[in-house]
Amino acid sequence: MPLLAELPLLPWTVTLPLGGAALSFVLRARAPAVGLAAGVATAAVGLLLALQVATAGLQRHAVGGWGAPLGIDLAADGLSALMVAMTSVVGLWVSLYAGAYFGAGNQDGEHQRAYFWPLWLLLWTALNALFLAADSFNAYVTLELLGLSAVALVALAATPAALGGAMRYLLVGLLGSLLYLLGVGLLYALAGTVDFRLLAAAPLAGPATAVALGVITAGLVLKTALFPFHFWLPPAHASAPAPVSAVLSALVVKASFYLLLRFWFWVLPEAATPVTLNLLGLLGALAVLWGGLRALTAERLKLLVAYSTVAQLGYLFLVFPLALGEADGFTAWGGMTLLLLAHATAKAGMFLSAGAILKGAAHDGVSGIDGAAQAMPVTTFAFALAGVSLIGLPPTGGFAGKWLLLNAALATGQWGWAAVLLAGSLLAAAYTVRVLTHAFTRLPGEPPACVVPGRLEWTAVALAVTALALGLAAGEVLELLRVGAPVVGPVLLEQAR
Amino acid sequence: MSVDAWLPALIVLSSLLPGLLIFFLDEERHALRTALNLAGAVLKTGLVGWLIWGVFHDHAFESRMSLVPGLDLVLAADALSVLFVALSTVLWLVTTLYAIGYLEGSPHRSRFFGFFSLCVSATVGLALAGNLVTFLIFYELLTLATFPLVAHRGTPDAMRGAKVYLAYTVTGGAVLLFAVAWLSALAGPVEFTAGGALGDLAQTHPAELTAIFALLIAGLGVKAALVPLHGWLPQAMVAPAPVSALLHAVAVVKAGAFGIVRVVYDVYGVTLAADLGVLQPLALLAAFTVVYGSVRALAQDGLKKRLAYSTVSQVSYIALGTAIFGPVASIGGIVHLVHQGVMKITLFFCAGNLAETLGIHNVSEMRGCARRMPLTMVAFTVGALGMIGVPPVAGFVTKWYLGAGAVAAGADWVLVVLAMSSLLNAAYFLPILYAAWFREPVGPWPEEHPRGRFEAPLMLLVPALVTAVLSVAAGLLAAAPFSPLDWAKLIAEREYGL
Repeated sequence: MPLLAELPLLPWTVTLPLGGAALSFVLRARAPAVGLAAGVATAAVGLLLALQVATAGLQRHAVGGWGAPLGIDLAADGLSALMVAMTSVVGLWVSLYAGAYFGAGNQDGEHQRAYFWPLWLLLWTALNALFLAADSFNAYVTLELLGLSAVALVALAATPAALGGAMRYLLVGLLGSLLYLLGVGLLYALAGTVDFRLLAAAPLAGPATAVALGVITAGLVLKTALFPFHFWLPPAHASAPAPVSAVLSALVVKASFYLLLRFWFWVLPEAATPVTLNLLGLLGALAVLWGGLRALTAERLKLLVAYSTVAQLGYLFLVFPLALGEADGFTAWGGMTLLLLAHATAKAGMFLSAGAILKGAAHDGVSGIDGAAQAMPVTTFAFALAGVSLIGLPPTGGFAGKWLLLNAALATGQWGWAAVLLAGSLLAAAYTVRVLTHAFTRLPGEPPACVVPGRLEWTAVALAVTALALGLAAGEVLELLRVGAPVVGPVLLEQAR
Repeated sequence: MSVDAWLPALIVLSSLLPGLLIFFLDEERHALRTALNLAGAVLKTGLVGWLIWGVFHDHAFESRMSLVPGLDLVLAADALSVLFVALSTVLWLVTTLYAIGYLEGSPHRSRFFGFFSLCVSATVGLALAGNLVTFLIFYELLTLATFPLVAHRGTPDAMRGAKVYLAYTVTGGAVLLFAVAWLSALAGPVEFTAGGALGDLAQTHPAELTAIFALLIAGLGVKAALVPLHGWLPQAMVAPAPVSALLHAVAVVKAGAFGIVRVVYDVYGVTLAADLGVLQPLALLAAFTVVYGSVRALAQDGLKKRLAYSTVSQVSYIALGTAIFGPVASIGGIVHLVHQGVMKITLFFCAGNLAETLGIHNVSEMRGCARRMPLTMVAFTVGALGMIGVPPVAGFVTKWYLGAGAVAAGADWVLVVLAMSSLLNAAYFLPILYAAWFREPVGPWPEEHPRGRFEAPLMLLVPALVTAVLSVAAGLLAAAPFSPLDWAKLIAEREYGL
């Protein structure tokens, strides 16, 4: 498709949501309609961009015609195209859901309805710009924008718990981005550039570089809520309104993780040592176990889902010991990416269905959803299907990702990580079933009536089905991921005989 | 040619698509739901008939789809898969009829029949799986599809049973996943091949292969209810009767046993497995399970619980026959896949009829029930005698081949196990038959719901009678062409390269 290759999609992925944010703020009375239209357009452009990268290869756009190192560049390789596509899919369904979630009527509702849209579109702008940023300073700016709009969205719930969570989220986020900025400054002092490509080409070595990478990693790990820095995530994600929780868990934490990948795999791969790689992997493994255990014992439904995010993020960190420094790193790289995408769609689906169930529930405890399978079978189905992907059962995207990671661990003889993958699956199964048992428990008397609009139910199903479809389309995803990938190798490994 | 590449996929879809449609039906669309169910079941039966004809004439049926490079979803048909597919298809048809009658008027039928169809699709999928990964995928799907069925009633008991079921099967699934991943990392994608798929790997990695075999059996043994992994089966008895029939005869337990057969014959190859020395431990474990299940069955007063422990015992005949090196014993093991299925489903149908019509749930309440429900008890008697191994019912054929095969393989101790098991079977079934036929009922039945002109609704009675007739026919006509025994002989010939 020659036409597709010519389209200037890169700038539009950023300007469309930004324009939508401004417009929905000005036209406050029409915010839902304007916001939804902007969301649909942004999602379409984001998906087209993924198609463009898949067919035409790497994309780069110099904003204003200046070009690096002076101007701002936007660039897309396979990974960033997939991240933008993920944001598009999740963003589209969350936008549809939010339109029905923030009901008109009471005063709180009106307030949330008006302010959700500009903030959400601003967050979307920041996400797209971050995934497409070609230099580390630009990434800093988008990271701040992302953090601030996310905090404001959490505070939208206006309950004491949400405000407390938002405040903690704000402080942690600021500390994280400051550390990141410090590292970027150090690198600029050493190499004289902030551009990712030029930094990767610069002869960086020595203790100063190590310190720079260390501070950057510390800042980003804090923002990604890697164990033991996860303390801020559950209260913030659990107390926000459901569509906001979905976006935070599915997309926002992935942004800082994405930058971590940029630095470790593209910019400074030679600075990695076995000790640091295994340390990151180990923290990830602990996150899988700790997050799973806390989800198993959580009192409230949304807290359970939030702790599941802590666990699922842990898996992603296994990519460091499994892909970096291995001759054929692509297996683990592909597995990590599939897990990341599957988690985004499944977790968004899970939060949306939890939000819909809680609207009709007696209280927000896990036992408050007794009888949900009778009253809201569709939503219960969405929750279960999302859980199936999080557990990693076939044929979902979660399974495809875990299979690749498992294969990488076994073929390279790194048995410990394989055990973590399995233990995490069992924990995920346990906490998913804990919810489902309550949902299936039959209440005495007449079956309760469903009280939520159908749109809240179907959007959650759509996301869960996307997580399932990802498993069937894994081959195409991996092909796109190969565009500009930092590691090579076959999709599946065989142990050297 | 092109049809050959589609047929296995069509067979899976013929129950999957109606199942998915049923989910979306309103509770009240009784006629449409029944039509969809039966259309799927009848269409599937027809397609399977075509498949049997084709496999007999050495057609190669294979549907293949690549998930990622090096990971293919393969549905293919060989003699062994056809045996299992035919069994589950025929029994699904009768069980569907039975379930329609059984659930009349109860809530959430669309959900029930949706998952019911998914369950059978998963079973047929794993029967037709052409490689280990595809088998694993459908094996896990089966776990997922049966959980809502066990939990269907939503009572605290049902929820507990469902939780235990899932805890066992998901853990088993994880162990299986690990073993399959390990084997794939070692040998690449493992396609099922008669005589074994591992080539010369045994020379270079014998220790790893032995460990993987143990893990595979542990993972499959959960569903096959090998001791000590059988704990879920008696707990899952809280499910409605058609689900119990499905768990015990058509799908879940069978999937585990079928998997063991696949691993021994088509992954490792029976010769390689014997060389590695892994068959003997498996045979001992299976033999222990056979005896243990029977002993536990003796002590149960709950009728369905007694039947459950009987399943634990009977299914291990399959593993036992598989683990004895020699074609005759293999025939006995493989043919029991079918024989145990038709006999056990008969018993469960009858137990369901007794519970629905007279409210009988315990063995101690069965005194004189044959006078009230003679046809049901005739079917029950056929199933029970078959389990004991009385000719001409199918169970006799199994035991005959197992015994003869064990002697041929020099494993005479198996005869002792068979004799003990038959005695124990008699000890827990004959008192039931005696009480039902020859003793006076004491007082009124626990909870009588007379329905219709016959002793039980026809939809409940006919399936039990049909499967009882099948149990006798499989034994009487064992020598006829296309009987289960004839087909098992074909499989053994191909596996041993005779």
